[in-house]
Amino acid sequence: MTPAAYDYVLPADVAGAIAALVAADGEGKVVAGGQSLGPMLNLRLARPRVVVDVSRLPELRAIEDRGTHWRVGSATTHAEIEDGALAVAGRPCHLAAVARRIAYRAIRNRGTIGGSLAHADPAADWVLALTTMGASVTVEGPAGRRRVACADLMVTTFTTVLAPEELIVSVDVPKAGEAVRWGYAKVCRKVGEFPSASAAIRSDPDGCRIYLGALGGPPQPLAREGETLDTLDRSIPALAERVGEAAPDLDGPDRQIFTHCLARAIDQACHA
Amino acid sequence: MLPYRGVARTNICFAMELTLDAIARKVGREPWEVRLQNLVPAEAMPFTNPTGRVYDSGDYGKSLRMAVEHLDVPAIRARQAALAAGGKRIGVGFANYIEMTGHGTAAFVASGYAFIPGYEQATVRFTPDGGLEIRAGVHSHGQGMETSLAQVAHEVLHVPLSRIAVVLGDTALTPYSTGTYASRSITMAGGAVARACAKLKDRMTRIAAHLLQASPGEVTLVGGRFHGPVGDLALREVAQTWYRQPHRLPNDVDPGGVEVTEGFKAKADTGQFAYGSHGALVEVDLDIGEVRILDYVVVEDCGRIVNPLIVEGQAYGGTAQGIGTALFEEMTFDPNGQPLASTLADYMLPGASEMPQITLMHIETPSPLTEFGIKGAGESGAIPPPAAILNAVNDALREFGVVMNELPLTPRRLLTRIAQAREAVGDPPAPDAAPAAGRAREVA
Repeated sequence: MTPAAYDYVLPADVAGAIAALVAADGEGKVVAGGQSLGPMLNLRLARPRVVVDVSRLPELRAIEDRGTHWRVGSATTHAEIEDGALAVAGRPCHLAAVARRIAYRAIRNRGTIGGSLAHADPAADWVLALTTMGASVTVEGPAGRRRVACADLMVTTFTTVLAPEELIVSVDVPKAGEAVRWGYAKVCRKVGEFPSASAAIRSDPDGCRIYLGALGGPPQPLAREGETLDTLDRSIPALAERVGEAAPDLDGPDRQIFTHCLARAIDQACHA
Repeated sequence: MLPYRGVARTNICFAMELTLDAIARKVGREPWEVRLQNLVPAEAMPFTNPTGRVYDSGDYGKSLRMAVEHLDVPAIRARQAALAAGGKRIGVGFANYIEMTGHGTAAFVASGYAFIPGYEQATVRFTPDGGLEIRAGVHSHGQGMETSLAQVAHEVLHVPLSRIAVVLGDTALTPYSTGTYASRSITMAGGAVARACAKLKDRMTRIAAHLLQASPGEVTLVGGRFHGPVGDLALREVAQTWYRQPHRLPNDVDPGGVEVTEGFKAKADTGQFAYGSHGALVEVDLDIGEVRILDYVVVEDCGRIVNPLIVEGQAYGGTAQGIGTALFEEMTFDPNGQPLASTLADYMLPGASEMPQITLMHIETPSPLTEFGIKGAGESGAIPPPAAILNAVNDALREFGVVMNELPLTPRRLLTRIAQAREAVGDPPAPDAAPAAGRAREVA
């Protein structure tokens, strides 16, 4: 359980990180908290020639309040979000509740929001939660910056639209107004374990976004055009049918678990 | 099940204890009553079982009654009636176990083993500075044997624990041994240490008596000092006399000196039988197949307890492991035979969050077969949890006629069986209306 040899680069700024990735010529990997890449290096599932550590880049550590949304530096840790870094009027925003249940505190102390999105584990909390919230990421590469919606970021398991020399700089998370109702549920075999099912819903008077996570690919959308929490048929058989449409590969027991997970997320939103 | 601590014991306990619950269901009685009726009564001890093993001591019924009383079965039955609708059920289950500890020559001969353990030996010796060394071939891999064996020596010789050094496991330095297994070390090596110390005490007493100008019968060892009719001497002074001033020794001194190797084998060596009862109260989530342990009780009797902290550590740790066996741990393979759980990231072990508050109670019935009445305690905790937990789950699922009998009890297995049972009686999963309020927060 030791990684193969690699070169470690600690750049001074984002430009330096991009330059290091360009120089690595496709064999570079970005590390921040290292909570996913670390084990993959140790198991030699990942064998980069160069590891670029962005965990201390000031721009990636910044959190800005931009009125309608937060701009969260991608190297912000789960623990910082859990502890209320995005507090609204002294109250932690609902990202804090998502962060609080990511793995264990030891992992949350180091793992980062951008790292989780770039790693693109289907069962990861941020992948599902930020997609459902309608968040987007700012990505920087040799050609400059671009914005990618979280819903478009993940292609499949451990694969995103990011080029090897691109880096997630920040995440824009829309603030939830009074009218927004939010629910997030996951089913885990044990505390801290990756979920075997997860579901999230964000609803406002204009419509809702509902996604299932932990499906072996990007989050799967469930909501229909113009549907709201109030018009949604929340009965278990109806939800089971919707789950079956969104994830046709699930067998009986898994479909049941996802259905009830979804029901619990919706229930949370109803009582938010 | 995987090769494991308490190997085979867990499986046998699982088969027997699930069978007892099946009998209870068939005859419509409380499972604990069926157990109580079939336990070897305390008056029958020592009891030779049909395979020739001697259950040396204990009160099996008392152990079960303590577990049953702690969980308060009538109260659970009332709660069950109140929960008859909705997505959750609770159930209570029990399992008794015996743990054949320190089984020796006769048991191994009967089982047809190629190698047969005999006397377990230990060497004890005083060093010139008055310290005591214990050398034994068994090995401690974290179970605190250094402390427990030192305590046994202290019991005989009253040497402070800080003055006792324990050397284990290396036969270049210790007597030969078949090693640590079968919860044998505290009875076997502990017995050998006790006997070696007793012999050493006798030799030291004779030297001390000579130095105190008394007869050995007039000298007593109290608090690490030999007391004679006139004056007293420290153990250390006796040891120094042997090593440094042999001219002061009695003429008939035992030339073996202050170093003794002795062996121990129990009077009847088919084992000393530790035993106990586990009880579990569980909640089964019918929607997602989750099993939560709401309450858990352990009653155990390992004879005279040498070190309560260590025995309780074994009981808690074993129970944690047994909960893992019941609900989490599984070695899975893909269709090509590739192991799917080759690291601890994939092999699911229970963590602190999965542990219930375990209530641990002791009964202390000495074994008539060993030094100080000690029995082994190493594997007990891991034996009954799968049986107790699955009996509790089956109790919770009684209305569906579901009997789970496969380990680990995963949500997938549970939901599959419940769905099959419901289908068999033409009762599809209840189409509840909107999900009930307040449940979401309870998702793990």
